[in-house]
Amino acid sequence: MIPEIGHLALIVALVVALVQGIFPIVGAYKGYASWVAVSKPAARLQFLLLLTSFACLTWSFLQSDFSVLYVAENSNTKLPQIFKFSAVWGAHEGSLLLWALILSAWTAAVTLFGRSLSPLMMARVLGVLGLVATGFLAFLIFTSNPFERLLPAVAEGRDLNPLLQDIGLVMHPPMLYMGYVGFAIPFAFAIAAMLGGRLDAAWARWSRPWTQAAWVFLTLGIALGSWWAYYELGWGGWWFWDPVENASFMPWLAGTALMHSLAVTEKRGAFKAWTVLLAIFTFSLSLLGTFLVRSGVLTSVHAFASDPSRGLFILLFLAVVVGSSLALYAARASKVRSHVRFELVSRETALLLNNVILVVTTVSILLGTLYPLIIDALGAGKISVGPPYFNAVFIPLTIPLAILIGVGTVARWKRDSVANIWAKVRLAFVASLVFGLVFPAVAMAHFSWKAALGMVLAFWVFFTTLRVIRDHARGRGLGGLSLSQWGMALGHIGVAVFIVGITLTSLYSLEEDVRLAPGDHYGLGGYDFHFKGTTSIQGPNYQGARGEVLITRDGEPVTVLYPEKRNYLTGMPMTEAGIDAGLTRDLFVALGEPLGEDGAWAVRIYVKPYVRWIWLGALIMALGGVCSLADKRYRVLARREREALVGGVA
Amino acid sequence: MKARYLVPLAIFLVIVGFLAVGLKMDPKRVPSPLIGKPAPHFELSTLYDPAERITPEKLRGKVWLLNVFASWCVSCRAEHQVVSRFVQMGLAPVYGLNYKDEARDAKEWLRELGNPYEAVIVDPEGDTGIDWGVYGVPETFVIDKKGIIRDKVIGPVTEEILENRLVPLVRKLKEEQG
Repeated sequence: MIPEIGHLALIVALVVALVQGIFPIVGAYKGYASWVAVSKPAARLQFLLLLTSFACLTWSFLQSDFSVLYVAENSNTKLPQIFKFSAVWGAHEGSLLLWALILSAWTAAVTLFGRSLSPLMMARVLGVLGLVATGFLAFLIFTSNPFERLLPAVAEGRDLNPLLQDIGLVMHPPMLYMGYVGFAIPFAFAIAAMLGGRLDAAWARWSRPWTQAAWVFLTLGIALGSWWAYYELGWGGWWFWDPVENASFMPWLAGTALMHSLAVTEKRGAFKAWTVLLAIFTFSLSLLGTFLVRSGVLTSVHAFASDPSRGLFILLFLAVVVGSSLALYAARASKVRSHVRFELVSRETALLLNNVILVVTTVSILLGTLYPLIIDALGAGKISVGPPYFNAVFIPLTIPLAILIGVGTVARWKRDSVANIWAKVRLAFVASLVFGLVFPAVAMAHFSWKAALGMVLAFWVFFTTLRVIRDHARGRGLGGLSLSQWGMALGHIGVAVFIVGITLTSLYSLEEDVRLAPGDHYGLGGYDFHFKGTTSIQGPNYQGARGEVLITRDGEPVTVLYPEKRNYLTGMPMTEAGIDAGLTRDLFVALGEPLGEDGAWAVRIYVKPYVRWIWLGALIMALGGVCSLADKRYRVLARREREALVGGVA
Repeated sequence: MKARYLVPLAIFLVIVGFLAVGLKMDPKRVPSPLIGKPAPHFELSTLYDPAERITPEKLRGKVWLLNVFASWCVSCRAEHQVVSRFVQMGLAPVYGLNYKDEARDAKEWLRELGNPYEAVIVDPEGDTGIDWGVYGVPETFVIDKKGIIRDKVIGPVTEEILENRLVPLVRKLKEEQG
């Protein structure tokens, strides 16, 4: 009964989404006030319906109702309770339901926090979001129904993919989807503004906090996924340039560009048409990501059940949404003139370059991701594009980007001079050269020019950001900085920390695969790894072996690690690496395969310097986003606009 | 409307075109470089008679299939019925290549499910598998009268693959001159 309620709620939600998509947009066009008024209640009702539907599916999982096909395929009575809960989004159908729920939650949030929007704008925004929701709900109901019954019911479920039985993966998909789907909001604002014919600073100001919120979630989601891959896949990698990872990284890059260009549009009224295009581009990449992940057109380590009919549906949806948006853009963008002038040396130019680099990077990754498919479609053979390509295009493009951070943040709007900028960054420039060159020579095992380059860039970003903080704080103290100024500073410091992490981990990691019998020692990076042997363990839904590795340095004990090899009910082996995390280095031990009778194992031992800084950097960036989002000027302006609106009516 | 504002739409439509074509293709299907090449040599004993040696050369002059299987392979179980049905058609013999398996387990497996194979060749270390480019089990090769590999199915043989791909191919190959 409960699954049927969930199914029914889903179907009603589709109808409501259709109403929410059609009536407000047509009403706003024709001027029917009553049609416009439908938008808010419809959006809120849709959220309640999807929440109900999601709760029903969750209930089916918690009750282990194996008469529901999706539950039977992805759960098991022995599965720990927390993973029964997260199993709801452990496979295709449920994760799409989560997607739809998150979209409706964002939409409901717009109805709550977007009170300063004019009723017409609000109606158009909600209408666009209603149409997007219609597409997703139709996809869900017609191709991927999570409530399909399995009659007769089976006695035991197949169990959740063991890779997903981990706290990192409990949080990763919801965060990622919050980000992906969140970009639907700036997209809807852009479309609504074009429909209404008003692309002004107000539109950019409305879009900014939403874009930042989505970006924060996407940043955290990607970082969580990377962290999870690092400790769960057992070979210490944190980024693979896999098509599915690229699918999340491309909207992030485009979203980063969008945040910066929205700032220009809001503050200076420039780049209007470009910002609209970026808003469309960012959300299109989110949709494209969905298509790539769900349709199976590309091979990926993320083995989602793929189905050509689903692929066709999403492709059609993608074509309709993006095609119509770009057609609207073609029709309206030429009327949008930015009558704002700025000189060659100005903050606008720096941000324009930032946008160009970010977009070029995004397009390069898009090209690399789609290249195997394009070559195959042209009948020119089967190829795959791997990390060498992506590293070769990504790394050189980040260098000018890092340099620009330092220049752009100190440059004045509209007009500045090279001499003036140089005067501001001179000290930071010298300091970053000195610190960057000295650091690898002093703190690392050996000097490397590549490391020096990375560290110079990181120090450059850090010192120029400090300079900006000092300028803002002049006369007012640090407390005088607005939250959005802190946001920018933290965002950029996050970039510096991230560069440190990537540079030092890539260049100084030590990795060895060795055969260790109980009692054996192995020395790596100044540490001594003493393998004591393994014991067998019994988990709720797995059996396995747990190794014990005593690590010492110069005779002093450092830590004891317990890497595990687990065999789950589904028959899938899993590696749980033993990791000793530290700010300047991680010690990483993973069990490979047992070798022979004497209790020997193939063991992977890594020493990874500064690897934490990669995720720490992402965390600081996200924190910057949160600060910026919380800036009170959005609320003050919102209140003023609301008052002005009320005053205007009276 | 200025033409330059149409550029994004045009680029997008091209991408959609490629994606649509891409939907029809299977990226996991990598054509084997061995197709059209002579079957790699092996000389292996069989599961039930360690004295018997089989080589591809001995099978010259007839069309035959080599089905790579193992008792530990779950999808082999799934395709077993389909392979048996092919054997019952009597079109061509199927030789089993028992890949990286224990003889005891393989015999138990065949006793349970039935043994459709003309003979079961054993490759306990997987060396022959490497020569033949086996990267997933099950895999099925079709070898013609001249000892040339003509097709390779990666993964379980389904009813559909059997009817539409293997049976027509084997019929055609049988008519070719040896």
